[in-house]
Amino acid sequence: MAQGTQDAIAVADGWDGIVDDWSADKQTFPVHWGKAMMWIFLLSDTFIFGCFLTSYMTVRMSTPVPWPIPSEVFALSFGGQPIPLILIAIMTFILISSSGTMAMAVNFSYRRDKKKIFWLMVATAAFGASFVGMQAFEWTKLIVEEGVRPWSNPMGAAQFGSSFFMITGFHGMHVSAGVIYLLIVANRVRTGFYDRKGSYDTVEIAGLYWHFVDLVWVFIFAFFYLW
Amino acid sequence: MEKTEAVQEEHPLSVYFIVWGALFVLSAFSYMVDYLNFQGYLRWFLIILFMWLKAAAIVAVFMHMRWERPALITAILVPPLCLLILVLLMAVEGGYTVLTREMFFSMSSMLETAIGSGH
Repeated sequence: MAQGTQDAIAVADGWDGIVDDWSADKQTFPVHWGKAMMWIFLLSDTFIFGCFLTSYMTVRMSTPVPWPIPSEVFALSFGGQPIPLILIAIMTFILISSSGTMAMAVNFSYRRDKKKIFWLMVATAAFGASFVGMQAFEWTKLIVEEGVRPWSNPMGAAQFGSSFFMITGFHGMHVSAGVIYLLIVANRVRTGFYDRKGSYDTVEIAGLYWHFVDLVWVFIFAFFYLW
Repeated sequence: MEKTEAVQEEHPLSVYFIVWGALFVLSAFSYMVDYLNFQGYLRWFLIILFMWLKAAAIVAVFMHMRWERPALITAILVPPLCLLILVLLMAVEGGYTVLTREMFFSMSSMLETAIGSGH
Protein backbone atom coordinates (compact mmCIF):
# COMPACT_ATOMS: atom_id res chain seq x y z
CA MET A 1 0.00 0.00 0.00
CA ALA A 2 2.69 2.43 1.04
CA GLN A 3 4.72 1.35 -1.96
CA GLY A 4 1.75 2.06 -4.23
CA THR A 5 1.34 5.57 -2.82
CA GLN A 6 5.00 6.34 -3.37
CA ASP A 7 4.81 5.21 -6.97
CA ALA A 8 1.81 7.43 -7.51
CA ILE A 9 3.83 10.41 -6.20
CA ALA A 10 6.82 9.55 -8.34
CA VAL A 11 4.92 9.37 -11.63
CA ALA A 12 2.44 12.26 -11.26
CA ASP A 13 3.19 14.98 -13.83
CA GLY A 14 1.99 18.47 -14.66
CA TRP A 15 0.34 20.53 -11.94
CA ASP A 16 -0.48 17.41 -9.90
CA GLY A 17 3.21 16.56 -9.96
CA ILE A 18 4.15 20.04 -8.70
CA VAL A 19 1.62 19.84 -5.86
CA ASP A 20 2.76 16.33 -4.98
CA ASP A 21 6.45 17.20 -5.00
CA TRP A 22 5.99 20.28 -2.80
CA SER A 23 3.39 18.87 -0.40
CA ALA A 24 4.62 15.30 0.09
CA ASP A 25 6.54 15.01 3.33
CA LYS A 26 9.85 14.37 1.57
CA GLN A 27 12.66 15.99 -0.41
CA THR A 28 11.04 18.30 -2.99
CA PHE A 29 13.48 17.82 -5.86
CA PRO A 30 14.35 14.14 -6.41
CA VAL A 31 17.78 14.98 -7.86
CA HIS A 32 21.33 15.05 -6.51
CA TRP A 33 21.48 17.88 -3.95
CA GLY A 34 24.45 19.39 -5.77
CA LYS A 35 22.39 19.64 -8.94
CA ALA A 36 19.50 21.36 -7.16
CA MET A 37 21.94 23.77 -5.51
CA MET A 38 23.71 24.48 -8.81
CA TRP A 39 20.33 25.33 -10.33
CA ILE A 40 19.59 27.68 -7.45
CA PHE A 41 23.03 29.29 -7.79
CA LEU A 42 22.39 29.74 -11.52
CA LEU A 43 19.03 31.29 -10.70
CA SER A 44 20.79 33.85 -8.49
CA ASP A 45 23.35 34.41 -11.24
CA THR A 46 20.48 35.01 -13.65
CA PHE A 47 19.39 37.88 -11.42
CA ILE A 48 22.92 39.32 -11.35
CA PHE A 49 23.25 39.29 -15.13
CA GLY A 50 19.61 40.39 -15.40
CA CYS A 51 20.42 43.43 -13.25
CA PHE A 52 23.53 44.23 -15.32
CA LEU A 53 21.64 44.04 -18.59
CA THR A 54 18.74 46.06 -17.17
CA SER A 55 21.08 48.76 -15.89
CA TYR A 56 22.72 48.80 -19.34
CA MET A 57 19.26 49.31 -20.85
CA THR A 58 18.58 52.12 -18.39
CA VAL A 59 21.79 54.06 -19.05
CA ARG A 60 21.46 53.56 -22.79
CA MET A 61 17.87 54.84 -22.74
CA SER A 62 18.56 57.76 -20.44
CA THR A 63 21.53 59.36 -22.15
CA PRO A 64 20.84 62.19 -24.61
CA VAL A 65 24.23 61.47 -26.25
CA PRO A 66 24.10 58.97 -29.16
CA TRP A 67 25.17 55.40 -28.28
CA PRO A 68 28.27 54.11 -30.16
CA ILE A 69 27.24 51.69 -32.94
CA PRO A 70 28.47 48.23 -31.79
CA SER A 71 28.51 46.92 -35.34
CA GLU A 72 31.18 49.51 -36.18
CA VAL A 73 33.01 49.54 -32.85
CA PHE A 74 33.53 45.76 -32.95
CA ALA A 75 34.33 45.53 -36.66
CA LEU A 76 37.62 43.95 -37.60
CA SER A 77 39.43 44.20 -40.93
CA PHE A 78 41.80 41.61 -42.29
CA GLY A 79 43.70 43.86 -44.68
CA GLY A 80 40.59 44.95 -46.59
CA GLN A 81 37.07 46.06 -45.84
CA PRO A 82 36.19 45.93 -42.11
CA ILE A 83 33.83 43.03 -41.34
CA PRO A 84 31.24 43.98 -38.68
CA LEU A 85 31.22 41.97 -35.43
CA ILE A 86 33.35 39.21 -36.94
CA LEU A 87 35.34 38.45 -33.78
CA ILE A 88 32.15 38.40 -31.71
CA ALA A 89 30.59 35.98 -34.21
CA ILE A 90 33.61 33.67 -33.97
CA MET A 91 33.48 33.87 -30.15
CA THR A 92 29.78 32.96 -30.28
CA PHE A 93 30.43 29.90 -32.42
CA ILE A 94 33.30 28.83 -30.17
CA LEU A 95 31.14 29.06 -27.05
CA ILE A 96 28.30 27.11 -28.73
CA SER A 97 30.77 24.42 -29.75
CA SER A 98 32.07 24.22 -26.19
CA SER A 99 28.49 23.73 -25.02
CA GLY A 100 28.10 20.90 -27.54
CA THR A 101 31.22 19.08 -26.35
CA MET A 102 30.15 19.59 -22.74
CA ALA A 103 26.68 18.16 -23.43
CA MET A 104 28.30 15.07 -24.91
CA ALA A 105 30.65 14.76 -21.94
CA VAL A 106 27.62 14.76 -19.65
CA ASN A 107 25.96 12.15 -21.84
CA PHE A 108 29.03 9.89 -21.59
CA SER A 109 29.11 10.46 -17.83
CA TYR A 110 25.84 8.46 -17.62
CA ARG A 111 27.75 5.58 -19.23
CA ARG A 112 30.88 6.28 -17.12
CA ASP A 113 33.06 6.32 -20.21
CA LYS A 114 36.06 7.97 -18.51
CA LYS A 115 38.27 8.49 -21.54
CA LYS A 116 35.53 10.19 -23.58
CA ILE A 117 34.35 12.33 -20.65
CA PHE A 118 37.92 13.48 -19.97
CA TRP A 119 38.77 14.47 -23.53
CA LEU A 120 35.40 16.10 -24.20
CA MET A 121 35.79 18.17 -21.03
CA VAL A 122 39.35 19.12 -21.96
CA ALA A 123 38.04 20.19 -25.39
CA THR A 124 35.33 22.24 -23.67
CA ALA A 125 37.92 23.92 -21.44
CA ALA A 126 40.14 24.60 -24.48
CA PHE A 127 37.25 26.26 -26.31
CA GLY A 128 36.54 28.29 -23.17
CA ALA A 129 40.18 29.35 -22.84
CA SER A 130 40.29 30.45 -26.48
CA PHE A 131 37.10 32.44 -25.89
CA VAL A 132 38.76 34.27 -22.99
CA GLY A 133 41.85 34.81 -25.14
CA MET A 134 39.77 36.46 -27.86
CA GLN A 135 38.02 38.56 -25.27
CA ALA A 136 41.40 39.73 -23.97
CA PHE A 137 42.30 40.67 -27.56
CA GLU A 138 39.00 42.53 -27.93
CA TRP A 139 39.48 44.43 -24.66
CA THR A 140 43.07 45.34 -25.58
CA LYS A 141 41.99 46.63 -28.99
CA LEU A 142 39.17 48.66 -27.43
CA ILE A 143 41.33 50.17 -24.68
CA VAL A 144 44.57 50.77 -26.58
CA GLU A 145 43.40 51.51 -30.13
CA GLU A 146 39.88 52.89 -29.69
CA GLY A 147 40.53 54.69 -26.39
CA VAL A 148 37.44 53.28 -24.64
CA ARG A 149 37.43 53.85 -20.89
CA PRO A 150 34.77 53.06 -18.26
CA TRP A 151 34.11 56.80 -17.96
CA SER A 152 34.48 57.99 -21.56
CA ASN A 153 35.06 57.02 -25.15
CA PRO A 154 35.56 58.94 -28.39
CA MET A 155 32.55 57.32 -30.15
CA GLY A 156 29.62 58.60 -28.12
CA ALA A 157 27.83 58.08 -24.81
CA ALA A 158 30.24 57.68 -21.89
CA GLN A 159 28.12 54.89 -20.37
CA PHE A 160 29.13 52.58 -23.24
CA GLY A 161 32.49 51.76 -21.64
CA SER A 162 31.22 51.07 -18.14
CA SER A 163 28.42 48.84 -19.45
CA PHE A 164 30.76 46.99 -21.78
CA PHE A 165 33.54 46.35 -19.26
CA MET A 166 31.11 45.41 -16.50
CA ILE A 167 28.97 42.99 -18.50
CA THR A 168 31.61 41.29 -20.66
CA GLY A 169 34.10 41.39 -17.78
CA PHE A 170 31.74 39.60 -15.44
CA HIS A 171 30.89 37.09 -18.16
CA GLY A 172 34.57 36.54 -18.97
CA MET A 173 35.22 35.96 -15.27
CA HIS A 174 32.54 33.26 -15.33
CA VAL A 175 34.15 31.64 -18.36
CA SER A 176 37.60 31.72 -16.72
CA ALA A 177 36.26 30.22 -13.51
CA GLY A 178 34.42 27.60 -15.61
CA VAL A 179 37.62 26.61 -17.41
CA ILE A 180 39.36 26.00 -14.06
CA TYR A 181 36.29 24.17 -12.70
CA LEU A 182 36.06 21.92 -15.79
CA LEU A 183 39.78 21.08 -15.70
CA ILE A 184 39.57 20.09 -12.02
CA VAL A 185 36.54 17.86 -12.66
CA ALA A 186 38.12 16.42 -15.84
CA ASN A 187 41.25 15.52 -13.91
CA ARG A 188 39.16 13.82 -11.25
CA VAL A 189 37.39 11.85 -13.97
CA ARG A 190 40.78 10.75 -15.32
CA THR A 191 42.12 9.64 -11.95
CA GLY A 192 38.96 7.65 -11.18
CA PHE A 193 37.88 9.86 -8.27
CA TYR A 194 34.20 9.54 -9.26
CA ASP A 195 34.48 5.75 -9.63
CA ARG A 196 35.64 5.58 -6.02
CA LYS A 197 32.87 7.99 -5.05
CA GLY A 198 30.38 5.88 -6.98
CA SER A 199 28.75 8.87 -8.68
CA TYR A 200 29.42 10.95 -11.79
CA ASP A 201 26.85 13.63 -10.85
CA THR A 202 29.61 16.25 -10.57
CA VAL A 203 30.18 16.10 -14.34
CA GLU A 204 26.53 16.90 -14.98
CA ILE A 205 26.60 19.70 -12.38
CA ALA A 206 29.71 21.23 -13.95
CA GLY A 207 27.91 20.92 -17.28
CA LEU A 208 24.99 22.97 -15.98
CA TYR A 209 27.37 25.78 -15.01
CA TRP A 210 29.08 25.69 -18.39
CA HIS A 211 25.82 25.77 -20.37
CA PHE A 212 24.70 28.71 -18.26
CA VAL A 213 27.81 30.65 -19.30
CA ASP A 214 26.82 29.97 -22.92
CA LEU A 215 23.24 30.97 -22.16
CA VAL A 216 24.30 34.32 -20.71
CA TRP A 217 26.39 34.97 -23.82
CA VAL A 218 23.26 34.49 -25.97
CA PHE A 219 21.64 37.41 -24.12
CA ILE A 220 24.78 39.58 -24.14
CA PHE A 221 25.24 38.94 -27.87
CA ALA A 222 21.63 39.95 -28.57
CA PHE A 223 21.35 42.97 -26.30
CA PHE A 224 24.83 44.44 -26.26
CA TYR A 225 26.33 43.61 -29.65
CA LEU A 226 23.32 43.37 -31.97
CA TRP A 227 20.87 45.90 -30.50
CA MET B 1 13.50 5.96 -8.97
CA GLU B 2 14.36 3.29 -11.52
CA LYS B 3 12.18 5.09 -14.00
CA THR B 4 13.82 8.53 -13.70
CA GLU B 5 17.28 7.05 -14.20
CA ALA B 6 16.16 5.19 -17.31
CA VAL B 7 14.75 8.45 -18.71
CA GLN B 8 18.04 10.21 -18.00
CA GLU B 9 19.99 7.83 -20.24
CA GLU B 10 17.44 7.51 -23.00
CA HIS B 11 18.35 10.32 -25.39
CA PRO B 12 20.94 9.39 -28.01
CA LEU B 13 23.86 11.54 -29.12
CA SER B 14 21.98 12.67 -32.22
CA VAL B 15 19.78 14.92 -30.04
CA TYR B 16 22.86 16.94 -29.05
CA PHE B 17 24.14 17.16 -32.61
CA ILE B 18 20.75 18.43 -33.81
CA VAL B 19 20.60 21.11 -31.11
CA TRP B 20 24.24 22.00 -31.71
CA GLY B 21 23.50 22.45 -35.42
CA ALA B 22 20.36 24.46 -34.66
CA LEU B 23 22.35 26.79 -32.37
CA PHE B 24 24.92 27.31 -35.14
CA VAL B 25 22.21 28.12 -37.67
CA LEU B 26 20.36 30.45 -35.28
CA SER B 27 23.61 32.24 -34.39
CA ALA B 28 24.37 32.63 -38.09
CA PHE B 29 20.87 34.07 -38.59
CA SER B 30 21.25 36.59 -35.79
CA TYR B 31 24.66 37.57 -37.16
CA MET B 32 23.07 38.05 -40.58
CA VAL B 33 20.57 40.47 -39.01
CA ASP B 34 23.53 42.74 -38.31
CA TYR B 35 25.45 41.91 -41.48
CA LEU B 36 22.49 42.66 -43.75
CA ASN B 37 21.89 45.79 -41.69
CA PHE B 38 18.21 45.26 -40.85
CA GLN B 39 16.90 48.22 -38.83
CA GLY B 40 13.91 49.23 -36.73
CA TYR B 41 11.26 46.85 -35.48
CA LEU B 42 12.28 44.04 -37.87
CA ARG B 43 15.78 44.06 -36.38
CA TRP B 44 14.54 44.00 -32.78
CA PHE B 45 11.97 41.31 -33.52
CA LEU B 46 14.50 39.02 -35.21
CA ILE B 47 17.17 39.56 -32.52
CA ILE B 48 14.70 38.72 -29.75
CA LEU B 49 13.26 35.76 -31.67
CA PHE B 50 16.65 34.11 -32.35
CA MET B 51 17.78 34.90 -28.79
CA TRP B 52 14.82 33.14 -27.19
CA LEU B 53 15.03 30.15 -29.55
CA LYS B 54 18.71 29.70 -28.68
CA ALA B 55 18.10 30.16 -24.96
CA ALA B 56 15.23 27.64 -25.04
CA ALA B 57 17.34 25.06 -26.90
CA ILE B 58 20.22 25.41 -24.43
CA VAL B 59 18.04 25.23 -21.31
CA ALA B 60 15.70 22.50 -22.57
CA VAL B 61 18.19 20.07 -24.10
CA PHE B 62 21.76 20.93 -23.07
CA MET B 63 20.74 21.66 -19.48
CA HIS B 64 18.25 18.74 -19.54
CA MET B 65 15.41 20.91 -18.27
CA ARG B 66 12.79 19.13 -20.39
CA TRP B 67 13.56 15.87 -18.62
CA GLU B 68 13.25 17.35 -15.12
CA ARG B 69 10.20 17.21 -12.84
CA PRO B 70 7.74 20.13 -13.19
CA ALA B 71 8.47 21.18 -9.59
CA LEU B 72 12.13 21.90 -10.45
CA ILE B 73 11.30 23.47 -13.82
CA THR B 74 8.86 25.97 -12.30
CA ALA B 75 11.10 26.67 -9.28
CA ILE B 76 13.93 27.72 -11.62
CA LEU B 77 12.16 29.24 -14.63
CA VAL B 78 9.33 31.22 -12.98
CA PRO B 79 11.33 33.51 -10.60
CA PRO B 80 13.33 35.19 -13.42
CA LEU B 81 10.00 36.57 -14.71
CA CYS B 82 10.37 39.15 -11.89
CA LEU B 83 13.09 40.67 -14.08
CA LEU B 84 10.40 41.66 -16.59
CA ILE B 85 8.91 43.94 -13.93
CA LEU B 86 12.35 45.42 -13.25
CA VAL B 87 12.86 45.97 -16.98
CA LEU B 88 9.46 47.65 -17.26
CA LEU B 89 10.09 49.94 -14.28
CA MET B 90 13.56 50.88 -15.47
CA ALA B 91 12.32 51.52 -19.01
CA VAL B 92 9.81 54.01 -17.59
CA GLU B 93 12.55 55.52 -15.42
CA GLY B 94 14.99 55.70 -18.33
CA GLY B 95 12.44 57.48 -20.50
CA TYR B 96 11.75 59.96 -17.72
CA THR B 97 15.46 60.57 -17.10
CA VAL B 98 16.27 61.31 -20.72
CA LEU B 99 13.28 63.67 -20.87
CA THR B 100 14.40 65.66 -17.81
CA ARG B 101 18.01 65.68 -19.00
CA GLU B 102 17.08 67.06 -22.39
CA MET B 103 14.83 69.64 -20.73
CA PHE B 104 17.51 70.63 -18.23
CA PHE B 105 20.30 70.90 -20.79
CA SER B 106 18.23 73.04 -23.15
CA MET B 107 16.93 75.23 -20.29
CA SER B 108 20.34 75.75 -18.68
CA SER B 109 21.89 76.75 -22.00
CA MET B 110 18.98 79.17 -22.53
CA LEU B 111 19.43 80.63 -19.05
CA GLU B 112 23.17 80.95 -19.52
CA THR B 113 22.74 83.03 -22.65
CA ALA B 114 20.02 85.13 -20.97
CA ILE B 115 21.82 85.81 -17.67
CA GLY B 116 25.34 85.49 -19.00
CA SER B 117 26.68 83.69 -15.92
CA GLY B 118 27.79 80.16 -15.18
CA HIS B 119 25.37 79.55 -12.31
